[in-house]
Amino acid sequence: MLLIVIILTFLLLESASGDAVDAYLLSIGGGDAIVAKSLRQSYGLDQSMLARLWLYFTSLAKLDLGWSVAFGRPVLDLILERLPNTLLLMGSATALSFGLGSALGIVAGTKPESIRDRTLSAVSLILYAIPSFWLGLVLSIVFAVQLRWLPTSGIETIASGKVGLARTADIVLHLVLPVGTLALIYMALFIRVMRAGMAEAWQLDFVLFARSKGLSRTRIVLRHVARNALLPLVTMLGLQSAAMIGGSVVIESIFAIPGFGRLAQEAVSGRDAPLLMGIIVVSAVLVICVNLIVDLVYTALDPRVGASENRA
Amino acid sequence: MRWLRNLAGTPEGAIGLGILLLLALIALFAPILSPGDPLRIAGQPLLAPFADPSFPLGTDRLGRDVLAGILHGTRTSLAVGIAAALAAIAIGLCIGLTAGLAGGLVDEALMRVVDAFQIVPSFLLALAFVSVIGASVPVVVVAIALGAWADPARLTRAQVLSIRERDYVASARVIGMHPAEIAFRQILPNALPPVLALSAIIVAAAILTEAALSFLGLGDPNVVTWGSMIAEGRNILRSSPSLSIFPGIALVITVIGVYLFSEGLNKVLAGRRSDA
Repeated sequence: MLLIVIILTFLLLESASGDAVDAYLLSIGGGDAIVAKSLRQSYGLDQSMLARLWLYFTSLAKLDLGWSVAFGRPVLDLILERLPNTLLLMGSATALSFGLGSALGIVAGTKPESIRDRTLSAVSLILYAIPSFWLGLVLSIVFAVQLRWLPTSGIETIASGKVGLARTADIVLHLVLPVGTLALIYMALFIRVMRAGMAEAWQLDFVLFARSKGLSRTRIVLRHVARNALLPLVTMLGLQSAAMIGGSVVIESIFAIPGFGRLAQEAVSGRDAPLLMGIIVVSAVLVICVNLIVDLVYTALDPRVGASENRA
Repeated sequence: MRWLRNLAGTPEGAIGLGILLLLALIALFAPILSPGDPLRIAGQPLLAPFADPSFPLGTDRLGRDVLAGILHGTRTSLAVGIAAALAAIAIGLCIGLTAGLAGGLVDEALMRVVDAFQIVPSFLLALAFVSVIGASVPVVVVAIALGAWADPARLTRAQVLSIRERDYVASARVIGMHPAEIAFRQILPNALPPVLALSAIIVAAAILTEAALSFLGLGDPNVVTWGSMIAEGRNILRSSPSLSIFPGIALVITVIGVYLFSEGLNKVLAGRRSDA
């Protein structure tokens, strides 16, 4: 699967007119043909397409993602340097939206078609329709520009000299807006899925049985209905992981967070094919990892799904 | 036309249909509502909204009319969104139909490609595609479709697998109908409804993706889009936030319209299934 991703990405970037050497020469104001030729030779760009694809595979096996032309550094170093920021951003946004979304989904799904349910459905529909970059801008107008409660951009105050707890607090403060923006957008989806799952679980036999046992409503809702409705939510988490990485590009560019997504944008503007390729390959690996974790969690949550069962 | 009346019968469908009709009218009549090139300099720069009756929503840094931009932007948003979704559905239907009918090795190979497209973040793919080929409206459409066809392909395949075992398909085979005729006349029409329900969601996602791309400066520079208007306003966010806010509201209304339409559609389709 990963193999196909790599080949497709390679073909896509191969179809570009002009290579990294062209872009580099343009940025330094031009150069003669001999310089260009020697540069191409040193990057292996003068060989045939298949030879380079093979070269890429063999170096990939050694965990070498190539050399970023725009930054003048190894691609892997760049990605590893940026990745923690994005994982922090995505992890906290996911945790927040998952927690809030499932809680609100329970509130909405407990009494389907009530006023509470309808209000929450309307709110989640609107949140679902809002483009993340626009929500980010509006939130930063309100909280950073007008109220001046929170910083507008960056991951921490530059050269503040803060260490330890003070630095952690500084980073948390910087992350409130981007995490909040992402969490609000994703929460909408979780509310909808949770609510639908609750509505479905109400119809199941074991809920009827629990009711006939005379269990309290709260207990039925929390222990029987909600627990089952959580399962599709966990599946959703895996399906959404690719979209979340995509969404981080825009959010990181708005809040100027030096992360993985912003790196992608910089690779695009620098016409840096090796970097862009590395980013796509690493993001595919990330998505596979998230789905693996989701599968493991799923087996733990639902004993009916055996680990031996082939679900791939 | 019966399904249209059914659709208007559900509250979601009625509101969604209303919003979409209004937007379609705006898109069609944009050149009449605000004649001339929306990217031309029309007046004094940075007029505040609601101040000058000839520029109800004000002007931007270069003195371009914001209302004209929003009206003409409707065209781009709807056209790109619908075109990308149509392309994605068409590719998805073909691949899904082929995989489901052929089975065996062909099925296996096609589904691995679908897997590959599903694990790559579609926004990154679109970003890479547009930056490699160069920004223009057709390229943006293809870039978005490239990231969106995998879901309909998977759904179509699942539908085909369940339909091809039914009795009427077997009867068609017995009377010697050509396999292509079976595929297009017997199986495809019955596999279509759930895929169509998905298509509205794809349109909404495509509109949002287009906006995000042009927000990052990867849209066609020669047409006005809401995303690029928001990006343009972002430079002077502190002094005149309205430049970014108005196109964003237009975007939200459009996407809500599409979602409501799709929910109405889902209800009608579910109703038809339970009738049958």
